[in-house]
Amino acid sequence: MSETKKSESRQMTGAAMVVQALKDHGIQHIFGYPGGAVLPIYDEIFQQDAVQHILVRHEQGAGHAAEGYARSTGKPGVALVTSGPGATNMVTALTDALMDSIPLVCITGQVPTHLIGNDAFQECDTVGITRPCTKHNWLVRDVNDLAKILHEAFYVATTGRPGPVVVDIPKDVQFATGTYHPPRKNDVHVSYSPRVKGDAAQIRKAVALLASAKRPVIYSGGGVINSGLEATRLLRELVGSTNFPITSTLMGLGAYPASGKNWLGMLGMHGTYEANMAMHDCDVMLCVGARFDDRVTGRPDAFSPNSKKIHIDIDPSSINKNIRVDVPIIGDVANVLADLLEGLKAESKRPDLKPWWSQIATWRARNSLAFKKSDDVILPQYAIQRLFEATKNRDTYITTEVGQHQMWAAQFYGFEQPNRWMTSGGLGTMGYGFPSAIGVQVAHPKSLVIDIAGDASIQMMLQELSTAVQFDLPVKIFILNNQYMGMVRQWQQLLHGNRLSHSYSEALPDFVKLAEAYGGVGMQVIKPGDLDGAIEEMIKVRKPVIFDCRVAALENCFPMIPSGKAHNEMLLPAEANDETTAAAFAGGKALV
Amino acid sequence: MAMDKQTNEQPASAYFMEERHDPNETHTLSVLVQNEPGVLARVIGLFSGRGYNIESLTVSETEQHKHMSRITIVTTGTPMVIQQIKHQLDRMIPVFRVVDMTLTGRSIERELAMVKVKGKGDARVEALRLADAFKARVIDATTESFVFEITGNSEKISQFVSLMAPLGLVEVARTGVAAIARGPDGM
Repeated sequence: MSETKKSESRQMTGAAMVVQALKDHGIQHIFGYPGGAVLPIYDEIFQQDAVQHILVRHEQGAGHAAEGYARSTGKPGVALVTSGPGATNMVTALTDALMDSIPLVCITGQVPTHLIGNDAFQECDTVGITRPCTKHNWLVRDVNDLAKILHEAFYVATTGRPGPVVVDIPKDVQFATGTYHPPRKNDVHVSYSPRVKGDAAQIRKAVALLASAKRPVIYSGGGVINSGLEATRLLRELVGSTNFPITSTLMGLGAYPASGKNWLGMLGMHGTYEANMAMHDCDVMLCVGARFDDRVTGRPDAFSPNSKKIHIDIDPSSINKNIRVDVPIIGDVANVLADLLEGLKAESKRPDLKPWWSQIATWRARNSLAFKKSDDVILPQYAIQRLFEATKNRDTYITTEVGQHQMWAAQFYGFEQPNRWMTSGGLGTMGYGFPSAIGVQVAHPKSLVIDIAGDASIQMMLQELSTAVQFDLPVKIFILNNQYMGMVRQWQQLLHGNRLSHSYSEALPDFVKLAEAYGGVGMQVIKPGDLDGAIEEMIKVRKPVIFDCRVAALENCFPMIPSGKAHNEMLLPAEANDETTAAAFAGGKALV
Repeated sequence: MAMDKQTNEQPASAYFMEERHDPNETHTLSVLVQNEPGVLARVIGLFSGRGYNIESLTVSETEQHKHMSRITIVTTGTPMVIQQIKHQLDRMIPVFRVVDMTLTGRSIERELAMVKVKGKGDARVEALRLADAFKARVIDATTESFVFEITGNSEKISQFVSLMAPLGLVEVARTGVAAIARGPDGM
């Protein structure tokens, strides 16, 4: 936080302070929805041009849009909503941002101070409700505390492990006049001081392990993206100088380029065979800014049983939460990687990695992402491949909803750069992708922004099409339409005796007409041969587009680590006939 | 594979369903926090939200001029869970420090209880005699009741309470544990 002159302190209303603080933190766009308890702030927004407000159609949309904005820029996203339902509608987006460590500042209106606790109209206990789904939150009771709290909110959201914060401002505090001061150092709790620099002794241990590794693997995550572009550069340098193989979580895609020769593909439940086998058989694992999530580890007691594990994370509570590691290093990824690289330069003698790479080559040869192409029906994997080919040389950002389409996007869309991939990883929020894409498009008005969606997910936040049209945001919604909640159907098939309980959408809307009704453009493609032309046409349209891509209805997402299994017990697509699938999921079926 | 039999016993879920069964330990944690609205709710919410145990929790402002409060928590869990609890507490914004008093091995733990006993005749005499042995003070008396004040570690208080049970125990109010390290250094 920058030091500023005391003389800049001046008197203004609480509502004016909110807008002034946004300006002081360099915020150009906010996402929100007005209501009774925030009208004074909206009145201030009306009287200035520096901060542009994007009116969403549902508060959850504002939250996800702010998330997309944040993830594609590295800057905090800001949302402004009213009390009561405005605040409760934000809860999903806040939780999503907490799980995926996205810096989000959410300002909520509250009923006047003297009415708090009286069950007033549109009152809810916002700080109580959002306490477990924010990094921190504040109820402002005195207008003279407001400036300090707003500055602290930005600081807390963006430093350490980033996350969402809520500032709840009663309406009387918005009207009251008090003293505003610009951001300064002592605005922050003295008890809050995230550790950035890694411990030197731990780094020495890590260097020694890495330098002697015969079967190393780097497992990188969203922490690399959050740490910033320098972290990405250093990670690439580390891979380049060591020739270690690298895999990544869903959140970390793009930190190392998918076209890079050391890239193993994503790991975890729907990760590649080579990535998961390398994790299982490695002797040294370097986890960089990832958190050993249960979708990544599979069976924890059989996770990478013979490796020494190094874990770099800025959040001490990520260490030893799911998997016990040998060398924890608390610190910022970029900072620690710089020290690691420095240490590794001194270690010139290294084991030969050729045997390890040839082992990896045999795993790669299993071609775990293979799928059967068809001339009659569009395979969802094929649709993503064609979308990738058509957009890879453009300035493209991809968001997704949650489900099969999300995993196929992660598997088949090659990300070359960080901050280009926005997906709900931790919370798995259906409805995330479209508003997120709107946020991305606001931040990058000239770029191509595509929400890869499913026919079920898109209907959870579809009303935001109205936002996209109003603000001339030419977001493309690429729906892999299989008329099912595909991932639910897949699990019901594999785990619940193919009893497809409520996973079929009987009454899908006509997506083409729907797009037109909102003032966008609708397209539909059924034949594989029409796909490329249609994608080109979609890209050319300077309007929001719903692209209804009809795909094979019953395609499953493979490879897959079946329930309760280890990394080396993956089910590969080539082997996934009825018999092997039944065997892999035998335990599950028996207990259904 | 040797693992298969074990694996296949879990129900149809992608979550790993088997629980670990490491032995539980009891730890006393001292937590220094900024005394601001909601800070106790944050701490308690953390425990309930993440499924940690609270055996006892004591809180009071200890350094008024700095608006600092000290929370003493007695909790049980596996060593991995105890470590998680400490990290989760430590990363809360208003938390200054978390010290595991059990790990330092040099802490003194005390609890205060007020114990109401109702009775006449021999029971009343016996209660008074035991109270004397436990160095409990009489802080209220009527012709048919006493309120004793007793301080000590939790075991001593529990023992005293159980001895009072047959002698006309009416009710007990306990403060929960407060802990401090031996020696010249503060936390």
